[in-house]
Amino acid sequence: MFDKERIAEIKKEKERWEQTTLQDWTKQCKERREDFRNTSNVSIERLYTPEDVGSLDYIHDIGFPGEYPFLRGVHATMYRGRLWTMRQFSGFGTAVQTNQRFKYLLKEGETGLSIAFDYPTIMGYDSDHPMAQGEVGICGVAIASLRDMEALLDGIPLDKVTTSMTINGPAAMLLAMYVAVGDQQGVPRGNLGGTTQNDNLKEYFAQKLCIYPPKPAVKLTTDIIEYCTKHLPRWNPISISGYHIREAGSSAVQELAFTIYDGITYVESTMKRGLKVDDFAQRLSFFFASHNDFFEEVAKFRAARRIWARLMKERFHVKNPRSMWMRMHVQTSGCTLTAQQPLNNVTRTTIQALAAVVGGTQSLHTNSFDEALALPSENAVRVALRTQQIVAHESGATQTIDPLAGAYYIEALTNKMEEKTFEYIRRIDEMGGAIVAIEKGFFQKEIADSAYKYQREIEEMKRTIVGVNDYKIEKEETPIELLRVDPKVEKEQLASLYELKQERNKKKVEEVLGKLRRSAEKNENLMPVIIESVKAYATLGEICEELRQVYGEYKELIII
Amino acid sequence: MTKAEEIAEGIFAGNRRSIARAITIIENEEPEAREIVARVYSHVGKAHVIGLTGAGGAGKSTLIEKMVKEYRRRKMKVGIVAVDPTSPFSGGAFLGDRIRMQELSTDSEVFIRSMASRSHLGGIARATKDAVRILDAAGKDIVIVETVGAGQSEVEIIKVAQTIVVVHAPGLGDEIQAIKAGMMEIADIFVVNKADRENADKAVMDIQSNLQMNSKESPWKPPVLKTTALTGEGIPELVEKIEEHRCFLEGDPECRKMSMRARAEAELVEAIREKVTSSLIEELKKAGRFDELIHEIMERKIDPASAAQRLLRKSVENET
Amino acid sequence: MEKTRKIRVLIAKPGLDSHDRGAKVVARALRDAGMEVIYTGLRQTPEQIVETALQEDVDVIGLSILSGAHKTQFPRIMQLLKDQELTGVMVFAGGIIPQEDVADMKRLGIKEIFGPGTPTKDIIRYVMKNLPKRN
Repeated sequence: MFDKERIAEIKKEKERWEQTTLQDWTKQCKERREDFRNTSNVSIERLYTPEDVGSLDYIHDIGFPGEYPFLRGVHATMYRGRLWTMRQFSGFGTAVQTNQRFKYLLKEGETGLSIAFDYPTIMGYDSDHPMAQGEVGICGVAIASLRDMEALLDGIPLDKVTTSMTINGPAAMLLAMYVAVGDQQGVPRGNLGGTTQNDNLKEYFAQKLCIYPPKPAVKLTTDIIEYCTKHLPRWNPISISGYHIREAGSSAVQELAFTIYDGITYVESTMKRGLKVDDFAQRLSFFFASHNDFFEEVAKFRAARRIWARLMKERFHVKNPRSMWMRMHVQTSGCTLTAQQPLNNVTRTTIQALAAVVGGTQSLHTNSFDEALALPSENAVRVALRTQQIVAHESGATQTIDPLAGAYYIEALTNKMEEKTFEYIRRIDEMGGAIVAIEKGFFQKEIADSAYKYQREIEEMKRTIVGVNDYKIEKEETPIELLRVDPKVEKEQLASLYELKQERNKKKVEEVLGKLRRSAEKNENLMPVIIESVKAYATLGEICEELRQVYGEYKELIII
Repeated sequence: MTKAEEIAEGIFAGNRRSIARAITIIENEEPEAREIVARVYSHVGKAHVIGLTGAGGAGKSTLIEKMVKEYRRRKMKVGIVAVDPTSPFSGGAFLGDRIRMQELSTDSEVFIRSMASRSHLGGIARATKDAVRILDAAGKDIVIVETVGAGQSEVEIIKVAQTIVVVHAPGLGDEIQAIKAGMMEIADIFVVNKADRENADKAVMDIQSNLQMNSKESPWKPPVLKTTALTGEGIPELVEKIEEHRCFLEGDPECRKMSMRARAEAELVEAIREKVTSSLIEELKKAGRFDELIHEIMERKIDPASAAQRLLRKSVENET
Repeated sequence: MEKTRKIRVLIAKPGLDSHDRGAKVVARALRDAGMEVIYTGLRQTPEQIVETALQEDVDVIGLSILSGAHKTQFPRIMQLLKDQELTGVMVFAGGIIPQEDVADMKRLGIKEIFGPGTPTKDIIRYVMKNLPKRN
């Protein structure tokens, strides 16, 4: 971007500056630390100049939004054309209660739905399973059958609203229920829009919500990708996730690298099915966290786009430029929010949200300030939504595209993130791929080491967490009203589940479950028969149990 | 009744609490330890002791879980001792082998105990051996000792077993090098787990050819079995083979006696070595110069081997 | 030969909660402080936790739960410990346990609750200081 001669001159000038002005100043005022590092272990320079980005070529390396390498954004007008989707992850109690929360959020200005399911649902258990005792509806909404899904989406027009479902092991079952409700509403399947997270790989080393072992889990993920490619063209079959990897304790570059590698793995597994990459690549979506180091996060989001575009072009040889788009959803970081002095979390969430927007996200969830204490109260989630709206309408961040492009620090850091990511990709390739790496505990060890290092830094006062290891107050105030899930919820769920089991056609359920088992044993794409099963009101637990019999259950490999 | 007697009676009755306490007492070398071991010794000999080892990632824990389910199907009682290394830096240990066997923990006829190697003077194997004896005396038909197989100490521990099973999985790295030195020689049965992988058959052939090259003069030819622990494939065959090996040990009276004699001798020698080493070091400390030499080693004025020689020479001189 | 007693700790995650970052960091810190740490992974039932504590003859149990299900899980665990005559074992807990529930949990016999942000060295210090005596 600058010619070599000029760079040499700048370099000389910088050295002069260091030996004169800087040296004079540091005689009276030393720097606070000898080494400033970010989470990705990059040593942050005192000053970034054109010298740090000298090798960059604007046209080839930075380019224009909507064009390869997509560094500046996937769409040509970005937020000048359309703001990101404000999509708040929500769910608790019964389907009816969550339906009310959805309607509240839509009224307050959110522009897409995102469903949080309770633990039993996520693990493929019905609300009446022994493991579900005490867990029904307390971390998300309980969905045990199509009937629950109908109540959840009551009054919500599925041709006008897109819905994201954070569900992995039983993703096929929940997607089937959504499709069934769409059928009931008369919405053509081609018009149903939304996302299923459906990223089973990261479960093994991050979110840990695995039901089946890796091979059948990847098969189920690929079933959904294949089915959506053919029948649900507006549906994002997968949200390849880094959020959970980061929240489990990884660094920013590990989050980026491991997510992208999972993406590579899914592309390969889908191609093995016989699909052409240009047929499905444009519906692959991604999900990242946004943490407190504003600049590292912006660099990460930008690097993500360029890395993925390069991979799709050079590793997978896609023809359609849209196949190179990395579309992402971002959630601000939960684990950085504190139980101490919770109002400070509004500030943290704001920094993180701004980073996601300046980083060019397509969709955003902002956490509520009571994150470390309970599920979001109505007031708290409203503040979180308002945060997005203030960033959108008051901060000026949406007036131009990729506002920090060209900043020496940002471009240098973006390059660094890309470099380190490709290093990881090489390493994992050499190991034999993601599944081997999972079995060897590679991801798990990287994450556990990062998590432990982070905790050590806090305890050794090398990293300050305001309100927790510094700037503490004697008496914490907890006057904020917290959301409490009514213990009656479990009883209600059990009652309605019992009713359902009495009312439905038992024979039909038995038949379709048998069909499912046979289909699984023959290794067919299971989506059609799962849709059939949910329509017969087979429960989530019954369908998942059938598959447990065929695939077995997964037990984790622990690395601390 | 003395405390040791009470605990021993509990062990014979299969009481889990007594078993657990006894193992702790022995690990910590509490006063009752020797008496418990002595009391238990006469009840020992019924259990078939299986040593199971192999590199990390081979799937040992999953394999054990499936094996135990098979044994339980045959109404046999099982004890498992899972050994993990103690950190030489902190003295602590992370004992995570139970994770993949946790389903078994609520079966009252299965007892699982995690032990840290607790490296002290040659005593690594002793506590494990005593734990095995306790489980034997408690009425277990099968006792499985699981270790990682990464070093010499694991080879020691494994010698407590009558049947040694070495587990390997394809794709873990250099095929045969992954089976560490010592393991090839002592294995009675080889298992290639994750046999649904591509290079499983190659791994089997590699091991077989290696065995042929280094064949010992022994009537037992270690077989190489294939298993897929995740689905349970090959597990009944493995259990059968272990039984076959047990019969082989029992059936040939000479063979059985010889192995028992060899084991008894090895244990005696080890017990002597441990006692001699610890009392010798005590004496050397009392005689002085021990601490001095440690400082000299730290300042790199002398190397440990020479320092030892100096101490021992002096000790010998003092004796004469 | 002098023998320092090894402290054996069981770190357990009851119920369906899958957030194990804290449990693993605490397990590692305790290991680095010289303790023998048994970690049984995710999704443990009260029966599995108590049976493990019995077989492993632990001195301490640390329960980690962030799902809000502590009100169902903890009473069951404490009752089973009583049934198995393991009330001598020290039990502490961590995760997301609202302030208003702490008193109830302590009444059940849980000695201390270490909330979000607790330094691991505080936990280590607490365990060392309050270690139950061996009978």
